[in-house]
Amino acid sequence: MKVLVPVKRVIDYNVKARVKSDQTGVDLANVKMSMNPFCEIAVEEAVRLKEKGAVEEIIAVSIGPVQAQETIRTALAMGADRGILIQTDADPEPLQVAKLLKGVALAEGANLVLMGKQAIDGDNSAVGQMLSALLDWPQATFASRIELGASTVQVTREVDGGLQTLELDLPAVVTADLRLNEPRYASLPNIMKAKKKEILVKTVDDFGGLSPAHLSVVKVAEPPKRTAGVTVENAAELVNKLKTEAGVL
Amino acid sequence: MAVLVVADHDNVALKDNTHKTVTAALGLSSDVDVLVAGRDVAGVAGAAARISGVRKVLTAESDALGKQVAEALSSCVVPLMAGYDAVLVPATSVGKNFTPRVAALLDVAPISEITQVVDADTFVRPIYAGNAMETVKSGDGKKVITVRATAFKAAEEGGSAPVSAVDAGPGAPKTRFVSDEIVKSDRPELAGAKIVVSGGRAMGSAEEFHRVIEPLADKLGAAVGASRAAVDAGYAPNDYQVGQTGKVVAPQLYVAIGISGAIQHLAGMKDSKVIVAINKDADAPIFQVADYGLVSDYKTAVPELMAALTAAGL
Repeated sequence: MKVLVPVKRVIDYNVKARVKSDQTGVDLANVKMSMNPFCEIAVEEAVRLKEKGAVEEIIAVSIGPVQAQETIRTALAMGADRGILIQTDADPEPLQVAKLLKGVALAEGANLVLMGKQAIDGDNSAVGQMLSALLDWPQATFASRIELGASTVQVTREVDGGLQTLELDLPAVVTADLRLNEPRYASLPNIMKAKKKEILVKTVDDFGGLSPAHLSVVKVAEPPKRTAGVTVENAAELVNKLKTEAGVL
Repeated sequence: MAVLVVADHDNVALKDNTHKTVTAALGLSSDVDVLVAGRDVAGVAGAAARISGVRKVLTAESDALGKQVAEALSSCVVPLMAGYDAVLVPATSVGKNFTPRVAALLDVAPISEITQVVDADTFVRPIYAGNAMETVKSGDGKKVITVRATAFKAAEEGGSAPVSAVDAGPGAPKTRFVSDEIVKSDRPELAGAKIVVSGGRAMGSAEEFHRVIEPLADKLGAAVGASRAAVDAGYAPNDYQVGQTGKVVAPQLYVAIGISGAIQHLAGMKDSKVIVAINKDADAPIFQVADYGLVSDYKTAVPELMAALTAAGL
């Protein structure tokens, strides 16, 4: 069983994104970058499946600039076996990413693509679903539990109001939600070992080229600010204000 | 141009998200149809037909659609798109699950969780957990869009659109439904509630969360929410979670109790009309977005609030 885990290099989740003053985007200069947290959960799950003996090989793939090698290296230190970087300075949109990943999944003969449910920069939550559609493989998004069998995978999904469990034929695409697991910290020996693992550097042309972009960003602006209101002294004053001033009770 | 809206429902009741998405769709075109895909959906379709501004209602029924399986929904919607220039879907867990598939199968770029329609090609959507708003222009002939329903007013009732059936499509041959565990509650649904009472990590235990948050919510007729910290600590179930990684809510009144106000939580509630924060830490970031702040330990503040509500006749 071969698992492909796409990983994305994004602004670290503890760093507050700041909009550039010319409104062309978010300022990423000198900002700490890390693996997207949902990708980390996907890597962790793949490693656990391997530790249980359900998976033979884990391939981490990233599409991005040369620094995305660091992101792949993090996945290797957590337990992925080898990496592929599709090196590009373009910032591909989900449709373009899904098309490239389709090429990788087929070239590698993956049985399962396990990936984050969304990246915390673009917040699209689209690539996994699109990849599944393009491959005509079944999908289970927002996974909180994964039981991998020989020819099927059973996935419990976080849905509005509760949980849903599906069984998919393999090969399949599964996207990870927050409660799937708590990713490990890579140990120092594993970080050292990861330095010896292979990362193949490829270009978009190795996977059919970058399809044309369909979207253009007009501007990126600060969200409307909420201003702090008033401090009340006690609960009675609060109820009074909510009734008479705010009119919400 | 004609626009298709895919209804949010549970086969029994039509959800308010549909009315809000119709409003977004009417920003694109006056020819708005609603698709109700599910199982035994005559009642839901009837409710959709009463939304003002809807031209017609389409129904598609199969077992896989009844379970809202993504592959079944996308293969039902894609052929219909021959007759539409855009499809708008509420960004619920169902909508987010199948809509990007529709886009991939039509070879268009999906546009996720729009909060504003600028023109027929241009939309505003939050990125970086709402820390930035992106205005994006689509070059696609057909638009495939999910809608953050809380950003739009619900369309009124009062219409009487005709209802007709369409082909359900091939279902989901490689996916089997196993089970649902849907939490039953007498409280209003979090996403659509007029009042939300949320508790944070300060509660300290699941028992305390029950004891403090739930009676106050019930007194106010409110839905119960929680911060991610409270959910991660096991004080509240995951479907209570409000925030970037949970639900985005915009009620008339949001009451945050013992919640510090991490960026990720604020992303899920800062569009609420009135925000009340109760926290013993006067420096908690939640006070920077709160309309009314009460600096007090919840252990004294909540009982006093309950008493004050009773005194006010509530």
